[in-house]
Amino acid sequence: MTRLRAALAAFALSATLVPATQAVAQQGVTTFELSNGMQVVVVEDNRAPVVQHMVWYRAGSADEPVGSSGVAHFLEHLLFKATDKMADGELSATVAANGGRDNAFTSYDYTAYFQRVAADRLELMMRMESDRMRNIRFTEANVATERNVIIEERNQRTENNPGALFNEQMNAAQYLNHRYGVPIIGWMHEMVSLDKADALGFYNTYYYPNNAILVVSGDVEADEVKRLADIYYGAIPANPDLPERIRSAEPPQTAERRVIFRDARVAQEYVSRSYLAPERDPGDQHAAAALTLLAEVLGGGQTSYMTEKLQFEEQKAVFSGAFYRGTSLDDTTFDIIVVPVPGLSLQEGEDAMDAVLAQFLVDGVDPEQLERIKYQLRASEIYERDNVDGVARRYGAAMSVGLSVDDIQAWPGILQAVTADDIMEAARNVFNREASVTGWLTRPVADDQAPAQEVSQ
Amino acid sequence: MTRFLMVLVVAFVAALPVRAEVQIEEVVSPGGITAWLVREPSIPFMALELRFRGGASLDAPETRGAINLMTGLLEEGAGDLDARAFARAQESLAASFNYSVADDELSVSAKFLTENRETAIELLRKSIIEPRFEPVALERVREQVLAGLRSDAKDPDAIARKTFDAMTYGDHPYATPYEGTIASVTDLSRDDMLAAHAAVFAKDRLYVGAVGDITPEELGPMLDALLGALPETGAPMPERAPILIEGGTTVVEFETPQSVAIFGQRGIAQDDPDFFAAILLNQVLGAGGFESRLMTEVREKRGLTYGVYSFLAPKDYAETVQGQVASANDRIAEAVAVIRDEWARAAAEGVTPAELDAAKTFITGAYPLRFNGNAPIARIMVGMQMMGLPIDYIATRNDKVEAVTLEDVRRVAGALLDPENLHFVVVGQPVGLESTVAN
Repeated sequence: MTRLRAALAAFALSATLVPATQAVAQQGVTTFELSNGMQVVVVEDNRAPVVQHMVWYRAGSADEPVGSSGVAHFLEHLLFKATDKMADGELSATVAANGGRDNAFTSYDYTAYFQRVAADRLELMMRMESDRMRNIRFTEANVATERNVIIEERNQRTENNPGALFNEQMNAAQYLNHRYGVPIIGWMHEMVSLDKADALGFYNTYYYPNNAILVVSGDVEADEVKRLADIYYGAIPANPDLPERIRSAEPPQTAERRVIFRDARVAQEYVSRSYLAPERDPGDQHAAAALTLLAEVLGGGQTSYMTEKLQFEEQKAVFSGAFYRGTSLDDTTFDIIVVPVPGLSLQEGEDAMDAVLAQFLVDGVDPEQLERIKYQLRASEIYERDNVDGVARRYGAAMSVGLSVDDIQAWPGILQAVTADDIMEAARNVFNREASVTGWLTRPVADDQAPAQEVSQ
Repeated sequence: MTRFLMVLVVAFVAALPVRAEVQIEEVVSPGGITAWLVREPSIPFMALELRFRGGASLDAPETRGAINLMTGLLEEGAGDLDARAFARAQESLAASFNYSVADDELSVSAKFLTENRETAIELLRKSIIEPRFEPVALERVREQVLAGLRSDAKDPDAIARKTFDAMTYGDHPYATPYEGTIASVTDLSRDDMLAAHAAVFAKDRLYVGAVGDITPEELGPMLDALLGALPETGAPMPERAPILIEGGTTVVEFETPQSVAIFGQRGIAQDDPDFFAAILLNQVLGAGGFESRLMTEVREKRGLTYGVYSFLAPKDYAETVQGQVASANDRIAEAVAVIRDEWARAAAEGVTPAELDAAKTFITGAYPLRFNGNAPIARIMVGMQMMGLPIDYIATRNDKVEAVTLEDVRRVAGALLDPENLHFVVVGQPVGLESTVAN
């Protein structure tokens, strides 16, 4: 059943299969740089007269100043307010009046704004998007109202969702010093005091062409995109004082941590384990490629090792899965989830998980399974040609974390070259309990005096 | 019948704004299965969308949830393959088969490569025609469904949906979740799976859309190989459902910081001549993203919510207009009041000329943006067939939108929007809201 899988996969940031494209000369992709340092990616597909226009800033929640968590996302909301030339909401209204859709999203390492619209409206999109890169003019009233909106957004996404609250505690325990331990949307107690100065401070530090990537996909031609980009984005001066992206790094992690989150709204108890893991680094993506395949081999689907053992053979889990998100600026996590069958305690579920991980290190990789996974990765390059907007998002995300076009285009080949030995070495390296967090999402103990939530490290 | 007559091809070219062309061909297989096809040979794969009308509403009352559980079992073993062998076979082909069910249809959405198309179709055939429903798989999937039902019992959105539907649709299947209840799903047997399978899968309720690297001459025999063994008919279709919901508020107490509300009233059918006027009205009222009146009043001006929407919900056997909002427990009452005011204002005044123009530009301009990929186009074509729309509909649809006048929208707003009968189901601990009817 997909229902439960979908619910559980949602908080794992949907990160199992990184879709692949051809390593050499990716079809229809052109990249160049404007004179002010803004990078541009064009992904052409001329089958339908539609264009997606995106601007990605290399600024996300992990770049926020201490004490103002959530400001990257708050600013994202405020960028839909007035500029010198546009009134509050005019950008979105104009997009809609042209039959298009627009929105934006914020992550740890980037913030991105996009419109999807008829291809002949690209210039209008560039005119408006480039305008708000430097000319936003939100008011104190905007700030007060929009702060309530992001608080309701946090209520909706997180406060009303015990799984999301649990995930926050897991992350906070995983990262001892790095900002990935702070939620993207922010901690509520800091969100309530975000003000105009916080938002403008972030804007005036990071929203410059030399910190941005323009990604245009669909029914366009690279030369025409270049001509328009030069006019609208090329005219904006770079920020010579753009800060280097140096975040507080993790110290060596030397103590295994445990999180027990209790909430009366929990319907399905489960065990979660996260391990600190390396990410894709420019020019050095082999470890990340092996971890990507490890997640697939171990817990990526119906024929994965954990599913075979825990769901089919031992029948100890309703669901199990492994997740790895390699596209990240700094150290990421490798996550494992086990939802025990009714009648099995969380401790028994955790024991079953550890037993299966230990057995995997003995058994190794099934070569037929590895070949099936690699074939699916190659097929995904074919399927992806039907989804250029997806290709565009992949380039935007990867370039936002400092990967080059060469890195992106080499990635499918690197995945194909991963051997069973590479995967086992990656497993032995990543399954380090001292750099791990083990979490239980559970209900309050029967005793009414029990605390509503408890976090122990 | 000579083989040259086996494939009947009628082609229509629909010109979308800005030179989009979707060339739909009607293909009738030698065995008599009708499909709509868009050829797209530039990428070596195809998307195939199959829909069986009736869906979960064909459940017998005493086995509610049977069709949903049966749907979940289709990929859990078929023909000579058990669940694991089936999954391995599917992965070896890099094919994707997705089976889902809803109130009015069961959908099979498939995507497979040209290089192994025949093998993929044979595997898909097994899952549709020869599912095994093995006891061990039945127990495993039953437990997954029960886990979902236990989650729904503590999910404010699911509680609101369940409450609203129960108050609205009388004793029709729409009134209860198609996943069933803990009790009904616990009792389902293998015989119930076989009966559910026989109820849903039949040729007389089948609609097919195909997009991709395949010719009409190849598609016909492929469909016969895939679906030829289906019986001609299945369970009788459900009766029309009543709409019993009336004005007022229902509060369902649930300990959570943010209240969730579903609101709604009687609606309008998709084949009503005023349906496009209703679409435009709803676009202005609550469907129009950041620009809608509800979003402007509730979110942009007052910051009461992250999102508020309204939508037309024309099911096959009942029509409603509904909406959703979520606000902190101490602010939901204000959000509800603002929505009620906007509902009444639109009913009384209709929309302004500027609003109608903006809604028309959006609705017509957004239409070609939907045709973005093989699978979306296959889904659109199946939807058109199920609504009984002509094959050249795509070319004429925007004209129908443009033809709606301000007076049409005003008239439809007055007739459709009924503030007195707009009911709010609120789940949470709302401050300043109480149930107006016993529940």
